[in-house]
Amino acid sequence: METFGQLVAIVIGVIFVKNYVLARFLGLCPFIGVSKKTDAALGMGMAVTFVMTLASLVTWIIHRYLLIPDSSNLIYIIAHAFKPDVVPEDFNFVSTLRTLTFILVIAALVQFVEMVIRKVSPPLYEALGIYLPLITTNCAVMGVAILNSQKFFDAGGEGAPLAWSFIFALIQGFCAGIGFTIAMLLMSGIRERLEILPVPKAFRGVPIAFVCTGCMALAFMGFVALVKS
Amino acid sequence: MKVGAVIREGIWERNPVFVLFLGLCPVLAVTTSLKNGVGMACAATAVLICTNTIISAMRKIIPAEIRIPCFIVIIATFVTLVDLVMKAYTPALNEALGIFIPLIVVNCIILGRAEAFASKNSPGMAVGDAIGIGLGFLIALVIVSGVREILGAGQIWGVNIFPQAFYDKVFAPIGVMVQAPGAFLALGCLLALFAHMDNRRVRCEREEAALPWVDTMDEILRKVPEKKKKKKEE
Repeated sequence: METFGQLVAIVIGVIFVKNYVLARFLGLCPFIGVSKKTDAALGMGMAVTFVMTLASLVTWIIHRYLLIPDSSNLIYIIAHAFKPDVVPEDFNFVSTLRTLTFILVIAALVQFVEMVIRKVSPPLYEALGIYLPLITTNCAVMGVAILNSQKFFDAGGEGAPLAWSFIFALIQGFCAGIGFTIAMLLMSGIRERLEILPVPKAFRGVPIAFVCTGCMALAFMGFVALVKS
Repeated sequence: MKVGAVIREGIWERNPVFVLFLGLCPVLAVTTSLKNGVGMACAATAVLICTNTIISAMRKIIPAEIRIPCFIVIIATFVTLVDLVMKAYTPALNEALGIFIPLIVVNCIILGRAEAFASKNSPGMAVGDAIGIGLGFLIALVIVSGVREILGAGQIWGVNIFPQAFYDKVFAPIGVMVQAPGAFLALGCLLALFAHMDNRRVRCEREEAALPWVDTMDEILRKVPEKKKKKKEE
């Protein structure tokens, strides 16, 4: 029951309290760049959610079995089979490869997803396709992988069992995407109305979008009391 | 084009933050104090100078078809280096910047400059471009973080700037300025100020100018390399 409570806390915490765009400042480029039209915002949000969930899954596995230097590290196991006197501490360097590994995995994943969607579901490709290549350099996707690796991936060691750590990471990835989509949709709604309003000249375009985002972030601060940090 | 002109262009006409709207995540996230802002700008500039030099030096070796993965590997390597150096020598700053140090790897400025400039110019010019863009980024971060720190805490670089009586009687720090909403409000107002000052509102008003990120990334990630195109035509 306690872990279930944690799960709910993660869902609410990631979508509302620590929204990736409005509180953590991740993924701002697509947030400002693609939020002019609601259709585009929804497409981008869905594509990001999809890739984020997949990226959480893949990076969890890679981090757990390749980037943590302990006895379950795959590199250690292989080396151990050939040379029995190696110890896990010999592979401490692997933890420094996190940034490099994650960005390559995400870039490869995005390419792969694009190919698969194009083959399997042309309508889905029509809807998401043009946004997928842009996601490689979306810091929200990389950010969710890094935040997961800091917070949940180690949970397998002590507190929660390994399976829960996996589920937490997956849920965090999915909910981060949902939070991103909600922020994008709200923003696109606001910006569609801004088009017909008499905004001062200097504020037109991106500046007023940021001021509106600030107001949205103020509103989202109201959710802070929902979850104990 | 001379190196000096390239540097000046990076600082002013092509300021990555105020004109191109690139690399906005760190601009908003780490500018709670001037110290963090300058630290972030220095880290990003160090990475940019190294990657621009290496990519420019290797521009004839890297095959056009796989250049983006190559750029990403080079950038990630230098980000890891900078991350490790900062962990060793400035642990407090590294802690304060948190995930935004590894996230330099997905900063659009770095990949954007690698593709748009370093892969087409000599190493000397690429270093000039990196210094210009880096200084432009530094200036933007200093302005944003300075405004936020003065309004939010009444300090600059952690030091009180007003006489004590002013704090006692008049000044109440606007706490929200150092929190998330303050970042958006401050940057929005600063962008408007710049648009007003420099008549750049023309840029902001243009339909596509609001989407520079999409344009830049689209151009980088989807453009068929020129060599390949020619082959196909043949």
